[in-house]
Amino acid sequence: MKPLGPRLIELAGVHKSYNVGLANEAEVLHGVSFAIGRGEFVALIGPSGSGKSTLLNVVGLLERLTAGSYRIQGEETSGLDDAGLTLRRRAVLGFVFQFHHLLPAFSALENVTLPALMREGRVSAEQQQRARAMLAAVGLANDMNKRPGELSGGMQQRVAIARALVLEPPLVLADEPTGNLDRAASDEVFALMRRMHVERATSFLIVTHDPRLAARCDRVIELVDGRIESDQRAIAAPR
Amino acid sequence: MFPWLGFERRVALRFLREGRMQTVLIIVGVAAGVAVVAYISALITGLQRNTLEKTLGAQAHVTLSAPDDVVLAAAPAVASATALVQTQPRVQRARSIGNWQAVVPLLEAMPEVAAVSPMVSGAGLAQRGEATKSIALMGVDLDRYDRIVSLRSKIVQGEARLGPGEGIIGRELAADLGVRVGDRISLLTGSNSDSLRVTALVDLGVRELNRRTVIVPLRAAQSLVGLPGGATGLDLALLDVWAAKPLAADLAQRFPYKVESWQDANAQLVSALNAQSVSTALIRSVVMVVVVLGIASVLVVSVVQKQREIGILRAIGATRGQMLRVFLLQGAIVGAIGSALGVLLAVGLIKAFTTFVRGSDGLPLFAITLAPDLALGIAGIATVCGVLAAVAPARRAAALDPAQAIRM
Repeated sequence: MKPLGPRLIELAGVHKSYNVGLANEAEVLHGVSFAIGRGEFVALIGPSGSGKSTLLNVVGLLERLTAGSYRIQGEETSGLDDAGLTLRRRAVLGFVFQFHHLLPAFSALENVTLPALMREGRVSAEQQQRARAMLAAVGLANDMNKRPGELSGGMQQRVAIARALVLEPPLVLADEPTGNLDRAASDEVFALMRRMHVERATSFLIVTHDPRLAARCDRVIELVDGRIESDQRAIAAPR
Repeated sequence: MFPWLGFERRVALRFLREGRMQTVLIIVGVAAGVAVVAYISALITGLQRNTLEKTLGAQAHVTLSAPDDVVLAAAPAVASATALVQTQPRVQRARSIGNWQAVVPLLEAMPEVAAVSPMVSGAGLAQRGEATKSIALMGVDLDRYDRIVSLRSKIVQGEARLGPGEGIIGRELAADLGVRVGDRISLLTGSNSDSLRVTALVDLGVRELNRRTVIVPLRAAQSLVGLPGGATGLDLALLDVWAAKPLAADLAQRFPYKVESWQDANAQLVSALNAQSVSTALIRSVVMVVVVLGIASVLVVSVVQKQREIGILRAIGATRGQMLRVFLLQGAIVGAIGSALGVLLAVGLIKAFTTFVRGSDGLPLFAITLAPDLALGIAGIATVCGVLAAVAPARRAAALDPAQAIRM
């Protein structure tokens, strides 16, 4: 299926195997092709073991593909070295993980300023301001100086979203962002991502096995056994 | 500090702070190691300096004397024949260094040489009334000799003066003879005799020397020993005492004299000092190895504990180099804080040593101080060791596969 708008990422015939060359070599992705355009809000669903997380890691440049092509903003990534991948990751991607994965030793605000700190070696007043605004936007204006351990699961996930979005990457990858939240918290987090998408035109690729959430995305890619089973755009995307 | 290490510094400090107990323990470990190294270094340096000062305070750094008399072969050796000879070693009589007046300015012109002093030495007896004592007679020029052994500073009574008919004698010798400053004594050698008036008593730091030493003007000794115009030896003081050995070898090549460095004259002392230095170096390196292993083991554990955090940082854009530096910096911080505390601890130990360890006279045995450059050097080495210790853990952290690390 063709993406809406200019192509942000484009995968063509992507294969991913583990333990290449060993007796227990296993291919997890068997030729996956799809593209995501600027401003899309996409769900990636599929049963456990279908390769969703692997695909997300490949898209997130955390793992290299074994065969095929992966272009980011038109640039082929398969030939890049680790430093090159890290730079593309910095420039294009934001991550939200299932278990929120904040750094426990840093306050919420520090977690959100980390991406700027690692890019520039310091947090400028402007970045500080931007991080505060971001945390306020996700409803944590009063909890900025708390450590992750002092926040609820939903709040932690909102900090993670703020961290993923603070440098305004064109694409945010979320791996089961509501996976361990209760229904109310998970609705809240989903609504937040939706709002960020609308306000900032950020693209989202969300791995979920919650059909209720998938149904509220604009486009749903279903992965079964390492192949794309279906790739459909919702008829009238709920906004 | 390093603005370009802002991220690494922040994360390293936070990781260390987070691992409270581990961090405290390893810093204490480093401090203890550094304290031991600094204390031992200061102690041995002080001890050796003290020993050297005592030894070299009363002797020249290099002495030149006339070569020993040897028996020469009666006939030239024949290649095909073995000569069976029996010889009696020659008697070593007092002999003057040939041409010494001309050699003194040559020696003085050498850059290593601080002072040159001609000397006539010989054996004799000192007599006063019923008492007779054997003595070591030294004829010197007071000003020159003062520059070799700083004689003036060792005068304990009287005034350092060596006019004709005057002499300076050792403190114990004066007591043995019942002499006070101003009294006269007689000197006898095998052939001649003379009398002198004691102008000062000297303490050379070694009782045996004090019991035997009689210092007279050069000319008086020349006539007592029977070497008019001669000098049995030339004493040299050097700017750097450790240059004595190579200089002695060099002089032995250039002059037909017997040349002896203080190391030759005190071979046992030198080997003892060497043994001391080697064992100190061994102790220091073993302690440093222990410190390195301690830091490394703590950081290895920390890398394992922080896998997930490392994975997150990598995922949100930290480079391998940044992760590497985060852990190297932790090693450096632990090393630096530990060595700062260790140096303070060493200063405390030294204070305790000088306070509680006293000689029989109630004074500190010898001065031991931690020289600032030594302290800085040790702290620097410990910090470098911290970084080295962190290399293996840091490489491990940098090599972590972020996707796997996050799943942990």
